Amino acid sequence: MGDFTSRAPAALNDPTLRANFRRAMDGLMSKRAAQFADKDAWESLRAQGAAAKARVVARLPELLEQLEANLTQNGIVVHWAETTAQANAIVLDILQKAGAKTVIKGKSMVSEEMELNHHLEAHGIRAVESDLGEYIIQLAGEAPSHIVMPCIHKNKAEIASLFEKNIAGLGYTEDVDALTAAARAALRGQFASADAGISGVNFAVAETGTLVLVENEGNGRLSTTLPPLHIAVMGIEKLAEKLDDLPALLSLLPRSATGQAITTYVNMISRPRQPGEKDGPKAVHVVLLDSGRSRVYADAQLQDTLRCIRCGACMNHCPVYSRVGGHTYKFVYPGPIGKILTPQLEGLDCAGDQPHASTLCNACVEVCPVKIPIADILVRLRAESVNSTGSGAVKGAGSMRKRLESLVWKGWAAMYGVPMLYRLGSWGLTRLGNWLPDSLPMLKRWTSVRTRPRFAAKTLHELARDKGYDHE
Amino acid sequence: MSETARANILARLRAAPRQMVPDRPDWTPPTYGEGRLARFRAMLEAVHGEIHEVTTEDWAERISVLLADRGATRVMVPPGMTLPDGLVAVPYDQPVEELKAVLVQGVEAGITWAKAAIADTGTLVLWPDADEPRLLSLLPPIHVVLLRLGSLVDNLAQVMAEQTWAAGMPTNALLISGPSKTADIEQTLAYGVHGPKELIVLVLTDA
Ligand code: SF4
Repeated sequence: MGDFTSRAPAALNDPTLRANFRRAMDGLMSKRAAQFADKDAWESLRAQGAAAKARVVARLPELLEQLEANLTQNGIVVHWAETTAQANAIVLDILQKAGAKTVIKGKSMVSEEMELNHHLEAHGIRAVESDLGEYIIQLAGEAPSHIVMPCIHKNKAEIASLFEKNIAGLGYTEDVDALTAAARAALRGQFASADAGISGVNFAVAETGTLVLVENEGNGRLSTTLPPLHIAVMGIEKLAEKLDDLPALLSLLPRSATGQAITTYVNMISRPRQPGEKDGPKAVHVVLLDSGRSRVYADAQLQDTLRCIRCGACMNHCPVYSRVGGHTYKFVYPGPIGKILTPQLEGLDCAGDQPHASTLCNACVEVCPVKIPIADILVRLRAESVNSTGSGAVKGAGSMRKRLESLVWKGWAAMYGVPMLYRLGSWGLTRLGNWLPDSLPMLKRWTSVRTRPRFAAKTLHELARDKGYDHE
Repeated sequence: MSETARANILARLRAAPRQMVPDRPDWTPPTYGEGRLARFRAMLEAVHGEIHEVTTEDWAERISVLLADRGATRVMVPPGMTLPDGLVAVPYDQPVEELKAVLVQGVEAGITWAKAAIADTGTLVLWPDADEPRLLSLLPPIHVVLLRLGSLVDNLAQVMAEQTWAAGMPTNALLISGPSKTADIEQTLAYGVHGPKELIVLVLTDA
């Protein structure tokens, strides 16, 4: 536990974890770069994607109503949840009314936010993850470490031992085809017998009332087709205004995420099974989850956060994420998007350390397919965390404010405002600065990993005067 | 509960400061002209799909050769499709509830038509219906797709516009680009994780 800084060393000193992430991030970055080799094409596609999502943000309440109306007309039941607790209760209620005992799940970060599996388990309903990566971490009893590739922190050997322990009859093998086949065989039965399927949503198209899900494995299609009941959970921002927005968004998402031109499957669901049709769920429900998003929406600058299409490119390119991995952040959404989203959803009082876990290098901003100004929002949240804007837009604003730090900054401001103080201060530092002990509370963190620069013997002004410049 | 939640959420959203609604900037999706089929082939093969050019006369024969090579004999087909000797056509003629065992274990291949295809990404467009249900392209380990060359277009925007998707979406619309795959274990590609291990496209060049 503790804050990000105290958790980071364990990850930094774990050579296996470091190697697993380095290999994965290098691969993902080069595959993405190959997709966007033509800079002009990238810029114009990205402008299209950013505009599509900015339109959603600008018209969010109207579009939600339009989506609800069209889904309802299509025969899909819409539910609204203000909190994850409400969303869990809604899902549980639907399942209980249907008499469902087992659930097969497609990948969904919102369901991670809800901790839905735990909630269902506590009420006697078994939820099995069917995305291979999610299945692996469910066996390991862990949380995803990446929003697109949940078990990216594990290598083949670790997965081989996990499967050997958990899948009867399978010995130890590092053969990826054999491991995949074993998971397929183990999950086929689960699919066939599950009473319900639960999935996330990548884009819900307001214009037509269509749920769009992208994936490579086919588990998402199975979860939303084979069981008699399908429940989709989604954040209230995951919309597209029109079908016309999909070509750009569906091109940006997989290329940014994994460097694929398109995912194997794009699954567009607009209705439950119709009379005469032979498969598909007989009932489809959508749960629209707020859980802090409407508060993010309340601030004109911060609402850009809600454009995110969860491609993960920002984390793949983040020098901090790629070194410490996803679990160090401790929250559902790691990396740059997590650093701006989590403090807004959970409050700065419990996630105030997140915006500080960044070098502000801007790599995330350069690759974000919907042009979220992540660095600007990080800086804004840092200011909110010490309450220097006083806007009150973010829950827990001011919770990171420290007496000593505020004092130092006040002193700093005074020094630059009053020439006398400036002269006195710089004179003092040149004469005495090198005598300050490394163990000083405000210096310690810096000096524990870096050599301290030496102060010059004289101030710049003194040196200039010595050289004969008389205008300062 | 849901009603109050709805009212509260919408009220909070409406109270927020609103940004300008930006225009959609100009964007021209890629086109391929004469190179359309070549692009489709290259993109599909890049994602491990197999593609053959056939005619309305000989496609059935081709299927029987391709499936015989793979030792597949039990094939699920749309109603009315007859297969050459040696292949057993299994109809998808009942609701999935009655047919689960057959679908999950009892067939080696499934055949569907494509509604269209997209050269840009090597993608097949399927609108499953009562004759060609959703799972027909998903559960059998080999998926064979029949595509009329005339329905091959350049990009997704074009197919959506030409077929006026916005006027009415089907229960389920699918874009399929290659066989089922995963890279969850050390970014190593493995095929057939939950869906078909093989995707074979037969392009009817005279249709
Ligand atoms: S913030 Fe941008 S780069 Fe990061 S996941 Fe969201 S859309 Fe992708």
